[in-house]
Amino acid sequence: MSDSTDLFNELESVVIRFAGDSGDGMQLTGTQFTNTAAVIGNDVSTMPDFPAEIRAPAGTLAGVSGFQVNFSSRDILTPGDTPRVLFAMNPAALKVSVPALESGGTIIVNSDAFTRSNLAKAGYESNPLEDGSLEGFQLIDVPLTSLNREALKDIEELSTKDKDRCQNFFALGMAFWMFDRPLDMTVDWIQKKFAGKDAVIEGNIKALHTGYYFGETTRTFQHRYRIRPATLPPGTYRKVTGNEAMAMGLVTAAKKMGKTLFYGTYPITPASDILHSLATLRNFDVRTFQAEDEIAAMGSVIGAAFGGALAVTGTSGPGVALKSEAINLGIMLELPMVIINVQRGGPSTGLPTKTEQSDLLQAMYGRNGESPIVVIAPSGPADCFNAAIEASRLAVRAMTPVFVLSDGFLANSSEPWLIPNPDDIPAIEVKHPQGRAADDAPFLPYKRDPETMARPWAIPGTQGLEHRLGGLSKEPETGNVSYVPEHNEQMNSDRAEKIARLAEVIPDQEVFGPEEGDLLLVSWGGTFGAVRSGVARAQRDGKSVAHAHLRYLNPFPKNLGDILKRYKQVIVPELNRGQLAFLLRGHFAMDIKSYSKMHARPFKISEITSKIEEALG
Amino acid sequence: MTTATIPLELNRKDFVSDQAVRWCPGCGDYSILAQMQKTLPDIGVPKENIVFISGIGCSSRFPYYMNTYGIHSIHGRAPTLASGLQIANPDLSVWVITGDGDGLSIGGNHLLHVIRRNVNLNIILFNNRIYGLTKGQFSPTSRSGKRTKSSPMGSIEQPINPLVMAMAANATFVARTIDSNPQHLGDILHQAAMHKGASFVEVYQNCVIFNPSEWDGLGDRKVRDENIIFLEDGKPMVFGKESNRGLRLRGYKPEIVDLGDEYSEEDLLVHDVTQKDLASILSVMEYPESPVPMGVIRKVEMPTYSDGLLAQVAKAQMTKGVGDLAKLFHSADTWTI
Ligand code: SF4
Repeated sequence: MSDSTDLFNELESVVIRFAGDSGDGMQLTGTQFTNTAAVIGNDVSTMPDFPAEIRAPAGTLAGVSGFQVNFSSRDILTPGDTPRVLFAMNPAALKVSVPALESGGTIIVNSDAFTRSNLAKAGYESNPLEDGSLEGFQLIDVPLTSLNREALKDIEELSTKDKDRCQNFFALGMAFWMFDRPLDMTVDWIQKKFAGKDAVIEGNIKALHTGYYFGETTRTFQHRYRIRPATLPPGTYRKVTGNEAMAMGLVTAAKKMGKTLFYGTYPITPASDILHSLATLRNFDVRTFQAEDEIAAMGSVIGAAFGGALAVTGTSGPGVALKSEAINLGIMLELPMVIINVQRGGPSTGLPTKTEQSDLLQAMYGRNGESPIVVIAPSGPADCFNAAIEASRLAVRAMTPVFVLSDGFLANSSEPWLIPNPDDIPAIEVKHPQGRAADDAPFLPYKRDPETMARPWAIPGTQGLEHRLGGLSKEPETGNVSYVPEHNEQMNSDRAEKIARLAEVIPDQEVFGPEEGDLLLVSWGGTFGAVRSGVARAQRDGKSVAHAHLRYLNPFPKNLGDILKRYKQVIVPELNRGQLAFLLRGHFAMDIKSYSKMHARPFKISEITSKIEEALG
Repeated sequence: MTTATIPLELNRKDFVSDQAVRWCPGCGDYSILAQMQKTLPDIGVPKENIVFISGIGCSSRFPYYMNTYGIHSIHGRAPTLASGLQIANPDLSVWVITGDGDGLSIGGNHLLHVIRRNVNLNIILFNNRIYGLTKGQFSPTSRSGKRTKSSPMGSIEQPINPLVMAMAANATFVARTIDSNPQHLGDILHQAAMHKGASFVEVYQNCVIFNPSEWDGLGDRKVRDENIIFLEDGKPMVFGKESNRGLRLRGYKPEIVDLGDEYSEEDLLVHDVTQKDLASILSVMEYPESPVPMGVIRKVEMPTYSDGLLAQVAKAQMTKGVGDLAKLFHSADTWTI
């Protein structure tokens, strides 16, 4: 569809940001743009950010919803530090987005939205389109609202308000022209999404085309960009968000165990999309249960685990706080279950739609008594799939609850996922003791497997294995209530040992970069992309720096202590006030430095490289 | 699952666990335990398919004494575990054992919702109108003015009536019985077991240590017939030692009348377990303000939570086909490199 006389800039990658009011459809616009880029073969990484309020007052800074996408002809790991191109649908969106923009970048604004009242709502004293404050950027002002209304004027079924709702497709059309992308995927999508509403279909498609041809005929844009397909490993790909990948991972784990998936949960941002995904999978016999509160959700998971299901809950930090007592019961009953915490900014209600990694210590220690728990964390949106399966495997192996620490960034961001062949995913072995006759020896519900230290998973319905579990201190083997001091000591140490032994079946920690040297960066969870990219950049500059990204936070991989000792400095970048650094210091009694940041968004690559430069002098 | 197919020849002893029972001597819990162990052999369910789940409190020790599957869980949350278990494994006969503090105070929310969802459970609430295990504080069912360790000048709270709460949640099976009448108690437990859906049973239970006179007037054989209306479906509501009194409706209010010259059985209310309005009227009546109805107050058939869920599973499998991972993974725009 491109015109060969156009001037194209060949770029390796571009970061663009769509920003508007939360009612402007920016998430949709960004998603459509990303889908097309991905299908064309670019590597993509996205970061939506939206307000906590469903409909914050229109035109205000609080109501700005943005969607950033990085697309590239090479392998990328983050949504990009600084957008080069910004689509701003109103003054507030401009104001919020400009500080992050690359200098010399392009800003496309809907000039119709720059009314006196909108400027005032955004806190502008003069019009930035006229006062020269955007001098360092290439500013393209498009009277988008009026152009769009004009284009749709013949569609009588649509009111002016309806027509304005198509405006985001006009902007998307411009973006497609600017980046030389085909429209057909979005056209298909519109037709499916609005099936039966012909006028809406017509309006949106017309807006999309008009935006595209506006770019072509008016030559408004000095530059067009071309980003070649990336050379990713061969195979079939799709785009996934962390929450989607998590849901698919859980379903896969259940199938690989030959189990029913039970997902008991209570709606909470940013975890609810896992529930939404799973609720559509009744044909997999997925039993979602929307409980009356967080506590009930956790209770239901324990009940389902007792009943022999793969039992999972998903929540965020405040929900984990409510669930703590029941998680502790799960630890005491020694039943397998998976607890997904999609972390958000805290403390308290905090920043519900923003990302943070500040629940690591809560997962480790947020319960009464000695309460060891397995903790793992995915490193990217697609990796949530693997983390869900791994958590399920460890839970049934050790008969214990396992935490998966995702975060708001991973949950909502997306990237290409190399679709696996389900047959290549190994089965997860599950053992249930067989039934017994009345004259057999009595069943011992807490008799531990000598290798794993796990107790048997005897499920109701099995003849002769009737037994009672409870939260009271127990006698080893029989599980009968016991207040004998030695019993209490032994059961506590057995539960700790059982978790520690998982280190035997988790992979050794890998290091990216030199095996010893001046500096090691240790990270975990959703910061993988930024830290790995920053370290790679520093390595290209000849710096002696390595990166260890931890998936397993409890237990730690067996070789981690040795690795840490091989570097002169160890720095842990985290989106909290140094929680992993604290754990590592306690565990290995070493000098571990923390690079902490709590800006409600992921690290930028440049922040990591600056830190490396600072450390290496 | 290995479900027994052998004929069920169970007896009371099969349900007695090897654990020593540790309630105070004379506690009403003993009677409930004994009736449960006597009733279960007759409900047509293999022992290994029976599960008892409790919260925290004196009553919640119950599962330890039953030789079935069981969980002694955390305070107030038994209905949540029971729900998860029932949904994961709908073939089980799952019993929730709770008390007035466990079920109506800390766990009030769960009780409301588990009943509203009609999860196929039998919920037995031991109501002794006191906190026993924590040694004698007033509970949500204690009468106003009740003097306890935590209310030395008398409770300034209004009590909640468990049956009214169950009715508010549109319970499909609501019943009341009392520990001191083993036969009635056993019969009600049996009926609860046979009902499909959330069966809610309030048992007036005597805490001999901290609230021993709470049920005076209902336990003693000499006076109880004057104070209890034993309900029977399809029968007029007659009570009294000589069967000489009855309940009728005056306007929208229940009224006690003496049978004889003025009123005969024909004037009395006839019990009908399917009538919600009638159940609502009966559930409000409590001793000593009026005689208290005992028996099955409401019993209606409605689809259970698992019925609804499994129907959706079947429907989804019919329309979309049984879940196929490869299909699921590819259920988005894909591209091949
Ligand atoms: S304190 Fe009361 S309810 Fe508890 S065991 Fe003793 S008598 Fe029974």
